[in-house]
Amino acid sequence: MGLLSKKDAALIKDPLADNNPITIQVLGICSALAITAELEAAIVMSVSVLFVLGIGNVVISLMRNIIPSKIRIIVQLIVVAALVIIVDQVLKAFAYELSKTLSVFVGLIITNCIIMGRFEAFALGNGAWRSFLDGIGNALGYGVILIIVAFFRELLGAGTLLGFKVLGDPIEKTGVYAFGYENNGFMIMPPMALIVVGIIIWVQRTRNKALIED
Amino acid sequence: MSNKTDSNLYTILFAIAMVVVVGGLLAFTASALKPRINNNERLEKQQNILYAMGVNANDESSAIFVSTDEAPELFSKYITKQLVIQGKNVTEDKEAYLIDVKKEQTSAKAGNARRLPLFVGVKDGKTYYIAPIRGKGLWDAIWGYIALDKNMVVQGAYFDHKGETAGLGANIKQRFFMDDFIGEDLMNNGEFKGITVAKGNNDPKNIEKNDNEVDAIAGATITGDGVSAMLKSELKQYVSYFKTLK
Repeated sequence: MGLLSKKDAALIKDPLADNNPITIQVLGICSALAITAELEAAIVMSVSVLFVLGIGNVVISLMRNIIPSKIRIIVQLIVVAALVIIVDQVLKAFAYELSKTLSVFVGLIITNCIIMGRFEAFALGNGAWRSFLDGIGNALGYGVILIIVAFFRELLGAGTLLGFKVLGDPIEKTGVYAFGYENNGFMIMPPMALIVVGIIIWVQRTRNKALIED
Repeated sequence: MSNKTDSNLYTILFAIAMVVVVGGLLAFTASALKPRINNNERLEKQQNILYAMGVNANDESSAIFVSTDEAPELFSKYITKQLVIQGKNVTEDKEAYLIDVKKEQTSAKAGNARRLPLFVGVKDGKTYYIAPIRGKGLWDAIWGYIALDKNMVVQGAYFDHKGETAGLGANIKQRFFMDDFIGEDLMNNGEFKGITVAKGNNDPKNIEKNDNEVDAIAGATITGDGVSAMLKSELKQYVSYFKTLK
């Protein structure tokens, strides 16, 4: 990594694995349940969070010396809410189609604990550049888990990926359905997201014993 | 430094400044972008209405509108009449499609006679009657446009939603759900019955068209019930007008 110092590069890399926001920090679990029934929604949400967390972290970091500590949570909330609403309005005016897809996620982003969590834990105590990297890193780590979970839920639950019928048609009985395979309807229910996240956590901790708490 | 930001006075001043700045910023963005947003919403209504009567750019499996550039032209080409039905009065109104269904519902609850918009479209010699409908899903509003023939048999349907769950309730705007409504009869032996989004109607391919039922989406029970309720309560109000067409 010529571009980034070793310490800075760790800000991007750690959240992807050993300090993942969902599986290790347990941030952003709620949206991991809500929008992983299909892959497309998970990707859209990941990109939105990447954008909001990257910029939000920078804004909070720049303001960190003037924010009164007594009301810092409220200030953080207002910053992220204002940011999301402005982006939403701009999209509605200039990219209406895209804004229709995203509108569902606006509320989910504002209340996403990963955003407040990173503001509070990192941006309030670090410079703008490092905060930006931290935001990008954590959003990527969040996105990776979301996309993995959504991949399995959409594939096993609906037999599709990004809406394409990769396993054949369940009603016409083509593809694997011709051999008696059935979609597992339970996979598209929210509880299965928890179970898939649980399996990821299990795999991750089996591979790296240092992550296991006593 | 921390002393300064910890004082009550500083905190209050900071809060006031923050509210003014953020409030001003949001108000400015909202009012600056409003005309563009309104225009986009108007074009979307035209696209939705055209979609319901089969003027769209659908490919094999996904629902695709006509482009926003073409929408106004196609709208004036295909939609020949826009009616407003209020009790027994039927008037023409070129801007009927801009009537806010939500406002009409609220004012009807307050005891006023509701204005019901109905758009008459002609395509390939066939006449379509398109009605806007609005109701409640699981999380937020759902709405749509239903194209009917004069016997109240569905010729096309478009549904949309504000915040239904992605992958579950949000699928009401997918072709596989909307297309199931085509050919379904809202009437049953001369009585208005509506169309129920039914679980276990044992008709996943939706071959049975006279059962007043379409196949539900798994995991979207409440959204589906919302669609049934919306179709029933909204389209029922048009029955007396449709009776005059015969």
